[in-house]
Amino acid sequence: MQFLITTFWIVFFVAAALCLGWLFRTMIIRLAPTNFAASMRRAPLTASFGMLVILLYIFVALFAPVLAPFGEREIVGGEFLPWSSEHLLGTDNLGRDMLTRMIYGARNTVGIALATTALAFVVGALLGLLAATVGGWLDQVLGRTVDVLMAIPALIFSLLLLTIFGTSVTTLILVIALIDSTRVFRLARSVAIGIVVMDYIEAAKLRGEGLWYLITREILPNAMAPLVAEFGLRFCFVFLAISALSFLGLGIQPPTADWGSMVRENATLITFGDITPLLPAGAIALLTVAVNFVVDWKLHEASGLKE
Amino acid sequence: MANIWRMLAQRLGLGLVTLFVISLLIFGAAELLPGDFAQAVLGQSATEETVAAIRAEYGLDRPFHTRYVDWLGSALQGDFGQSLANRKPVADMIGDRLANTLFLALYAAAIAVPLSLMLGILAALFRNSIFDRSVNALALTSISFPEFFVAYILILWLAQSGLFPSISRFSVDLPLGQKLYNTFLPALTLTLVVTAHMMRMTRAAIINLLASPYIEMARLKGMPPFRVITRHALPNALAPIINVIALNLAYLITGVVVVEVVFVYPGLGQLMVDSVAKRDIPVVQAVALIFAAAYVLLNLTADVLSTLTNPRLMHRR
Repeated sequence: MQFLITTFWIVFFVAAALCLGWLFRTMIIRLAPTNFAASMRRAPLTASFGMLVILLYIFVALFAPVLAPFGEREIVGGEFLPWSSEHLLGTDNLGRDMLTRMIYGARNTVGIALATTALAFVVGALLGLLAATVGGWLDQVLGRTVDVLMAIPALIFSLLLLTIFGTSVTTLILVIALIDSTRVFRLARSVAIGIVVMDYIEAAKLRGEGLWYLITREILPNAMAPLVAEFGLRFCFVFLAISALSFLGLGIQPPTADWGSMVRENATLITFGDITPLLPAGAIALLTVAVNFVVDWKLHEASGLKE
Repeated sequence: MANIWRMLAQRLGLGLVTLFVISLLIFGAAELLPGDFAQAVLGQSATEETVAAIRAEYGLDRPFHTRYVDWLGSALQGDFGQSLANRKPVADMIGDRLANTLFLALYAAAIAVPLSLMLGILAALFRNSIFDRSVNALALTSISFPEFFVAYILILWLAQSGLFPSISRFSVDLPLGQKLYNTFLPALTLTLVVTAHMMRMTRAAIINLLASPYIEMARLKGMPPFRVITRHALPNALAPIINVIALNLAYLITGVVVVEVVFVYPGLGQLMVDSVAKRDIPVVQAVALIFAAAYVLLNLTADVLSTLTNPRLMHRR
């Protein structure tokens, strides 16, 4: 019986998601300028659902103080209160409003993950493009360093670094950005290696253009498409890594509202059959799924494959 | 034959060099500590004398390279020094836990590998069908889920109804059946997380091959599709598939950390997380070294096996 109910809910959620995706797509096609609407018309339902979810998260993150009924760190009642009209999702282990913390979590968790991904990208992509353009010993040194850093499993390496530097948001961002920039470096270098041998690069070199101009004006624009897709995927990995560390109690530290640590703090409720602690975990999962769906579509479109 | 041995020796040598550099990195990372080890241990209570005493106790007054050689030498003999938190030998803390973690990882692999190969082959065989699409969407979704989400959903679903225990009581002397039963949920969580990757990559590897001319030839001569896959595609897809399996087993190593914490499983991952919170550097170094060594070994095995299954690399002209 329990199994049937679960199955029903899964089917219900999938159907609702597809309906929302369809509604969002029709709305965009009506409202958006023509060229964007044309590309939306070909978007699968999964991708438009993904876009809707991402927009929703951005909205919540931007307007968190307006949307949230209470303060982020405000203790408003007893511990582990059940869902009620006053506290829609109940309260957490310290008596803070769960819904409020979910809303602020969108800001903190997603914001920190975005900052980390951006940092990893700037460092990784710049070094990768530089290694491919300059070549020679610089390429060798950077390449071998990255090889060694990548030979250690990412989570283990970040745990090691967090032991040494202590757990704070700054170290968390720096550590994860360092580890993920190695992956970005690999991609940026391999994409740029193919571009560096092109004739227009040769021409620019003969014109006497400097290294910075070559990288930013000639190579980067041509390497942009794979890098943008990688940004989406990398964001998912970073987001999951940060959530995992926060869940282990080693990432974003309390009292900052963060989805990973919220799961950890309220996990005891699960043994009583209460699904509240699953909500922040679900929020993490939903965003990663959404980003994946959109990236999947973009990659499919960029590769020019037609079914 | 001589070629193969040379290749094996080369790969093994490269693996050893990688391991050596990693050990250097793991040991050297502690040197980056602001202040030093002794001050970190003592924290607020650091005075001139106590710092000097700790430095002498842990031999921090000696230069870096002699300490490193000592550490590596004793680590190779299974002695990882002393824990900072409770002054017990690290090797004693690790001992049983290593076996427990290996048990869990093997258990998960034993379910995940056959399952994902089967799903991958079926999805490639019936590609673009409803089956393929739903398996793919499911895989994409479970890749995007954090491990702890999967774990808690399973707890809510299977442990709430009393089918399986949500906290895995585990000790070496339990009978095998009881062990398998107690650790079913963590193993299932790991399986779900890993299967998605493996299945997608298996499918991609086989579909890639299905575009080649000899497959079309086999199809044109009227071979049934299942036989085309098992006789013509699969042997050639072996190298990428072995790679996929090894990569994901390596992934299990890190996945195990979160899952062990959720299910309170007495393994290495949980020890590591506890030690990170206590900043117990010797323990973290030891566990990191073990995990990294396993990771490098698995990647090495994948490399060697995929060369051995590829005739073009075996008999290079």
